[in-house]
Amino acid sequence: MRFLPMPLLCLLLLTLAVAAPVRADGPDRVAPVSDPLVRKECGECHMAFQPGLLPAGSWRRIMQTLSDHFGDRATLPPDQVALITAYLTANAGEGDPALSRITEQGWWRHEHRKRWTDWLRAEGSVKAKARSDCAACHRDAERGLYEDD
Amino acid sequence: MIRKNLSLSLPLLLAAALAAPASAGPAQDRLLESLRAEAGQAEPGFTGFSAERGRALYLGPHAGGQPDMPACAACHTPDPGRVGQHVKTGREIEPMAVRINPARFTDPAQVEKRFSRDCPNVLGRACTAREKGDIIQFLSSP
Repeated sequence: MRFLPMPLLCLLLLTLAVAAPVRADGPDRVAPVSDPLVRKECGECHMAFQPGLLPAGSWRRIMQTLSDHFGDRATLPPDQVALITAYLTANAGEGDPALSRITEQGWWRHEHRKRWTDWLRAEGSVKAKARSDCAACHRDAERGLYEDD
Repeated sequence: MIRKNLSLSLPLLLAAALAAPASAGPAQDRLLESLRAEAGQAEPGFTGFSAERGRALYLGPHAGGQPDMPACAACHTPDPGRVGQHVKTGREIEPMAVRINPARFTDPAQVEKRFSRDCPNVLGRACTAREKGDIIQFLSSP
């Protein structure tokens, strides 16, 4: 350390400080939904969310509780539930498996911390019916592209 | 030969066309036919489906379901020929009217899946075969 000039040390510390919060950021791109059954069945009432947006534990619980799917009935035949669960868990992302909503995940809240208060302030300009309506603001959300913020 | 058959069958066809309730295509007809059999078994006095009853059911409002889903029209709009929007998610829903969207009511499994979800969401209970037929009759009308 004693050989490191002061300016260089500062730069190093600054780099670490900037790099550290990256963990809390969400993905800018996730793999789009490639399975036709998942695209159809998960995309009728809302956008077919990419499997990479939730950890496997969250997907498993969601697929086990379709009779009360965030307040709505969204039941499917058991064979389709099994196929969809397999696809979602095999392609799952990271996050807190205790949380079922994408919008509850730490990275989501972090990414939208500023935007969300902007939305509340500019009520008239809010296009999204719900926080889960990704495509209202992210035009290419359906294709897994969220870098347009 | 052809003329003879034609003269025989033309009145029959005409009579059939007048007697049968107007509907959209063979797939929708098949679905209505099987629901008709089901409704006849469930209700001894059943005489046929009614687009008018289907319209009332579609428009509601009903109690017993979810507060923001008091009718089919809540998401599908009061005019089934228009593009709908899910009240909670904002997802666009293709028109329900067969004259605009001929693919509607052609896949019995899909139809049954939607009724099994949407009836509890809107009415707080399952729909009867007569109610399903009435709604399809209404949405298939020209």
